[in-house]
Amino acid sequence: MSELVRVTRVGKSFTLHNQGGVCLPVLGGVSFSVAAGECLVLHGPSGAGKSTLLRLLYGNYKCTEGKIEIHHQGRWVDIASADPRDVLDVRRQTLSYVSQFLRVIPRVSALDIVKEPLVTRGMAPDLASKRAADMLARLNIPERLWSLAPATFSGGEQQRVNIARSFISVTPVMLLDEPTASLDAQNRDVVISLIEEARKAGSALIGIFHDEHVRERASTRRIDIQSFTVAEAA
Amino acid sequence: MSDGLDLLRQSLQVASHPVLDVSDITRLYGERIGCADVTFRLWSGEVLGIVGESGSGKSTLLRCLAGLDQPTAGRVLLDDHGAMVDLHNLSEPQRRALMRRALGIVHQNPRDGLRMDVSAGGNVGERLMDRGDRHYGKIRMSATEWLRRVEIDSGRIDDLPRQFSGGMQQRLQIARVLVSEPKLVFMDEPTGGLDVSVQAKLLDLLRSLVRELNIAAVIVTHDLAVARLLTDRLMVMKDGYVIEQGLTDQVLDDPQHAYTQLLTSAVLS
Repeated sequence: MSELVRVTRVGKSFTLHNQGGVCLPVLGGVSFSVAAGECLVLHGPSGAGKSTLLRLLYGNYKCTEGKIEIHHQGRWVDIASADPRDVLDVRRQTLSYVSQFLRVIPRVSALDIVKEPLVTRGMAPDLASKRAADMLARLNIPERLWSLAPATFSGGEQQRVNIARSFISVTPVMLLDEPTASLDAQNRDVVISLIEEARKAGSALIGIFHDEHVRERASTRRIDIQSFTVAEAA
Repeated sequence: MSDGLDLLRQSLQVASHPVLDVSDITRLYGERIGCADVTFRLWSGEVLGIVGESGSGKSTLLRCLAGLDQPTAGRVLLDDHGAMVDLHNLSEPQRRALMRRALGIVHQNPRDGLRMDVSAGGNVGERLMDRGDRHYGKIRMSATEWLRRVEIDSGRIDDLPRQFSGGMQQRLQIARVLVSEPKLVFMDEPTGGLDVSVQAKLLDLLRSLVRELNIAAVIVTHDLAVARLLTDRLMVMKDGYVIEQGLTDQVLDDPQHAYTQLLTSAVLS
């Protein structure tokens, strides 16, 4: 199996300059790798640093130490030290972050939101619309909502629009931040199938799932984040 | 196959050199520092935000970058049809010509960017005439098309800007700047002074136009929400110096510098 993600001795602490310069260590010595076709679950109690790690992997948080290498178009890019421009390119082509929250853009319809990643990657708009419609249907978004901007949708509907957008064009590496939180059983199963399809298509997935059922069915491996958690006293 | 090669060639061309290459820009006002030692590069398709409080030097920097002010030291290289040209090492007429050709400036106050005694259509068409277009019918068609893109009713094409609301004036200014298809656009607080609802609409418009036209843009703003929505990269300025820079979401979500932490924690979101 070919590796797509390599994490080497990553550490993260937050320094709060405006609260007396207090330093909060969160993670230390994080090392693991993930290969194509795997879905790795980050396991551990809340506050252990699961979301922090996911954000470090995306380059949203800055590593205090260590390397996060992503296999991007035939070469390795270290997210921890790369130029912002390179990180943006990795995010455009290779690395995506799936959260449970939709960033609502005023006045853009649900269908257009879902099809945008396909259009950006060069698909003809008509075909992209068709694929987006199929995806919205699969996630049980009623057709009468497709042409509306999701600002007025319910939380669950927005979440499913976001999942549709995230999985319509799967990237080689996908970070999943509780994508199934608060979904009903039917939609949860759709997400589990989407994860499985991405895996079989050769993506490497790293996720946080609170739901034990989803964890069991979606993951191929798990790591306990507590082994990397830095005790406050340390 | 040839499609793939073309795409590859295009992306290599885009990546080969920046649109804007800035090194060590410093602007002093006597003893006082306007901005100091600013260095960065910008490629097409990238939007850079400059944030900081009033007096931090962001507008001074923008004026130096856009050729409106002469820096005390440093160099600004602009892409001019594939060659990098030193903006401040040109004769006045050469610089003016380069500015007209290569860059667009959206001012905070639309009055500074518009000709208030010329019709809306004239404001947009004038830029095309500057560029050498002479066919009246085509210019008018182009102007009408751009008014439509910025959502100004084509029935208003012969009205004067002063008959427009503030938000419409700003949209007209944006049409006037973008009609000549500059590769590089500078914006100084483009949504300042507008109602919140009008702001959202304008931001949405700017966001889609910048992406569609693959423009490189520098946006000065004190509004972090505007920066988050529109920019890919962010520079934080304080007392004339850049104290932190990086990916916009990283700078805003995991700020490293004490001042940036103060700035981001002061925002309700």
